[in-house]
Amino acid sequence: MGESAVQPDVRSPSPTQVPTLIGQRIPKLDAPEKATGLARYVEDMKLPRMLYGKILFAGRPHARIQNIDTAAAKALPGVRAVITAADIKLVPFGFGRDNTALKKDKVTCVRDEVAAVAADTPQIAAEAIKRIRVTYQDLPVVASVADALADGAPVINPNVPDNTPFRYDYSHGDLERGIGQSDVIVEETYTLQRVAHCCLGTSGIIADFDATGRLTLYSLTQVPFLYKNDLARVVGLPPENIRVIQPPIGGGFGSKLDIHPFEPICVFLAQKTSRPVRLVFSRQEEFLAMPTRQPMVIRLKSGATKDGTFTFRDVHMTLDNGGHTSWGATTPWISMRTFSSLYRVPHVRQHVDVVYSNNIYACAFRGYGNPQATFALESQVDQLATELGMDPLELRIKNAQEPGETTGQGMILGTCGLRECLETAARNAGWQQKRSALSGQPSAPNRQSSTVNRQSSVVHGIGMASLFHVGGGAKIYRSDGCGTILKVDDFGGVTVLTGSSEIGQGSETAIAQIVAQELGLPIKNIRVINNDTDLTPWDVGVHASRTVFMAGNSALRAAGEAKRKIINAAAVRLKRKPAELVLSEGNVLDRATGQRLESIGKIIRGLHFGARNELVMTTDFYEPPSTAPDDKHMGNISPCYAFGTHVAEVEVDLDLGVIKVLRITAAHDVGRVINRLGIEGQVEGGIAQGIGYCLTEELKTEAGRILNPSFTDYKLCTTTDLPELNLSFVETHDPAGPHGAKGIGEAPLIPVAPAIANAVYNATGIRFTELPLTPERVFTKLKEARANQEPSRARKEADKNDAPTRTQVPSRARKEADRDAPGTQQGGAATHG
Amino acid sequence: MPHVADTVEVALVVNGEPVRRRVPPLATLMDFLRDELELTGTKYGCGEGECGACSVLLDGKVVNSCLVLALECEGSKVLTVEGLNTGDELHPIQKAFVDHGAIQCGFCTPGMIMATYALLQANPSPTEHEIRRALEGNLCRCTGYRKIIDAVLSVARGGAAHG
Repeated sequence: MGESAVQPDVRSPSPTQVPTLIGQRIPKLDAPEKATGLARYVEDMKLPRMLYGKILFAGRPHARIQNIDTAAAKALPGVRAVITAADIKLVPFGFGRDNTALKKDKVTCVRDEVAAVAADTPQIAAEAIKRIRVTYQDLPVVASVADALADGAPVINPNVPDNTPFRYDYSHGDLERGIGQSDVIVEETYTLQRVAHCCLGTSGIIADFDATGRLTLYSLTQVPFLYKNDLARVVGLPPENIRVIQPPIGGGFGSKLDIHPFEPICVFLAQKTSRPVRLVFSRQEEFLAMPTRQPMVIRLKSGATKDGTFTFRDVHMTLDNGGHTSWGATTPWISMRTFSSLYRVPHVRQHVDVVYSNNIYACAFRGYGNPQATFALESQVDQLATELGMDPLELRIKNAQEPGETTGQGMILGTCGLRECLETAARNAGWQQKRSALSGQPSAPNRQSSTVNRQSSVVHGIGMASLFHVGGGAKIYRSDGCGTILKVDDFGGVTVLTGSSEIGQGSETAIAQIVAQELGLPIKNIRVINNDTDLTPWDVGVHASRTVFMAGNSALRAAGEAKRKIINAAAVRLKRKPAELVLSEGNVLDRATGQRLESIGKIIRGLHFGARNELVMTTDFYEPPSTAPDDKHMGNISPCYAFGTHVAEVEVDLDLGVIKVLRITAAHDVGRVINRLGIEGQVEGGIAQGIGYCLTEELKTEAGRILNPSFTDYKLCTTTDLPELNLSFVETHDPAGPHGAKGIGEAPLIPVAPAIANAVYNATGIRFTELPLTPERVFTKLKEARANQEPSRARKEADKNDAPTRTQVPSRARKEADRDAPGTQQGGAATHG
Repeated sequence: MPHVADTVEVALVVNGEPVRRRVPPLATLMDFLRDELELTGTKYGCGEGECGACSVLLDGKVVNSCLVLALECEGSKVLTVEGLNTGDELHPIQKAFVDHGAIQCGFCTPGMIMATYALLQANPSPTEHEIRRALEGNLCRCTGYRKIIDAVLSVARGGAAHG
């Protein structure tokens, strides 16, 4: 590894050509353990005397609990504990402090936890759950945001009589002025569905008390230090008495950003039985009892002048919160930043209502509100382009910011590769040629197609969308930092204790690369410990695409300090000046000649066992130079920002409504690539999730009940759905990032859905404003559009307008086609196709 | 299992070793491998044959071990992910998955590797299309499949890894 294509590190140039690990293709350090089946996930772990926990969920969306009879469950041999709300102290938790581990008087969604058992085997635990008898009095169900906001709607939380626990308002500029300056204005409502994280490993935890009452949790949390603090309050322990160890995590994507009721429940069971308890969800429980992405309805109005300069955006969002409030209720903080700052826009107003319903509640999910916002905004940018008769690429480039600009929301774009991303993606996709040659045309006979025998009904389209996201964390906590402890042993082996967490995304390997590079050691010498709060220093958690940026910066600084110690010691020993020395591949070299002077191990042993008796151990806490937003949501919440553009090419089967994504061409401003293999994996995985979000995924609900809690009925992308990919990385070398790197984790998912929807519009002339684009939904709208217009007239009008698309529907017909049937405006409603 | 009175004896060969155990009649092959033999490389992802995380080879054919009863495997040969590598030497498929970045959270990996093993046994030089079809029953939420397909292609082409 690392022998090929060696580029000098531009940030620390040196006359000696020190090979760099930065930007190379480095396999993940934990991959062999995972490839051999040796990695022990929580479901694989057993402790002596361990019991198995299981939860009774309400199974009804809104009801009063009248009585819980646990006698039959308690009588079952092998049952060690049965608990209900009466057995525990009910401490409210969650962002809205409206959730408890077990529910006492009332349940507000089907997943609400009513009782729990610990038993000798999973089978006994399951049998015990069946024997618990609960008497409910059902209450009227609030099935959607519209239901919740209707006059006389049932109240879900007595402390929130209007069912709207949170509201956000944001503005910059002067909206009325922006409207006045506009030559074209587009207004549309976009409806985004409920989707589930679908981590392949289901959720689980083991709670284990020691003889002194100290609690060890084997937990899959993404935020171990905040978690420890939050959980301590709920279970009534001092935080310092909790140790969180994270086994390998079978997928995160934001689902593990909150504490979930099953976690304190497991602790209560362990407390009650004085034995370790493991609680792992079945797949069905995972679908029912883990939160989802927020369904949103976004009404967006925006405008531009004749030359395509954006003038204003007016946004109204409602978010289906479900029956409780997690950190997911703060996703509008991020949605807001896309509306305010993706492209230059002088006048913006936004209002957000976070609304209770009796649906299962929502939480963080990769992109944190941004995929929803970007779907609305980037669909509408294309609609503006159509109204203006401009190429969508040209319109975007015209409004793209340049480096050094500050956005209306106070975000400082030190580096900004937006224009380059647009140009790169368009060039690599062959945008100009395909846009003019292929749009709305029947698919070429040689093109690989699932519908090859019915060529005439398959049309081709190309569309694009960009994204704006935080690139160096988001300061929404008082600290957004990350700590590192680094120690070098007597032989040049390095242990890096980082506060950051690995959830499969590859931060562990990137940190090892950064440390190995700085210390001039082979990467095999680096061990990263990132999963034990008793050992590792504080970090805010793995979210907001922050880990390689934050933990990488901290590790780089800790390694830099260790490097200085080693070089100074080498200078004394070798009677040279520190500036004349450089570390590379385990050796101290003469910087000028590259001659090997001594091994690093020998220098370290000299320091330890020689006159100075010193070890090489360093610590660092990196706090990014970002600021928390003020009470008007203004502020530079990240030290840098990520940009990207995706171009999607699709085929639409007009007879069947089936959309096939042929190709995604992506360009991302990532600052600098640290691990090329890892970053490609992040983008490819994000694209696959984005395609699922756009085309197939929806967790359907009916009167608060979930209709499709299995992979049979909830459709994830498989190997056969994956399009051809063409990825580019725009390297803007952000001065804030480690070696210039920005975050990438969430970005690649964000623009996929609008890029595809824009391509579908280009192919068919139909604007889809509601996801997912299932064959049924597409077929229905195509049929409606055909009924509403004569195709020949539509074609004539489109040609007259000289618009870039060939199969454009006249705007009135289009508007009518776009208007959804009544009752389909709420994500997750039963009327969805 | 104190409350389950009836168990049945089953004898089979797992990763080349003969094993003979008493199991509850409804225990699946997945339960047997994970709980009885502690071969936890075989993963529970859904228990319904939809995700492929529990894929193993049963008499040379890939199966979802969550859909097969342990007692159906009487006299059979089972191969799990633990049976592929010898000592610290990775099997070429495992090595290709590591080198091509085909592993992120790793939860789908053992099943994906076993499905690949079965494919390459039956068809040592599959096309990309054949690989996609063969792995269609194995879900991955992290990688987007591209690097998995690349890893399999590299093994099919004689291990020309570019990782």
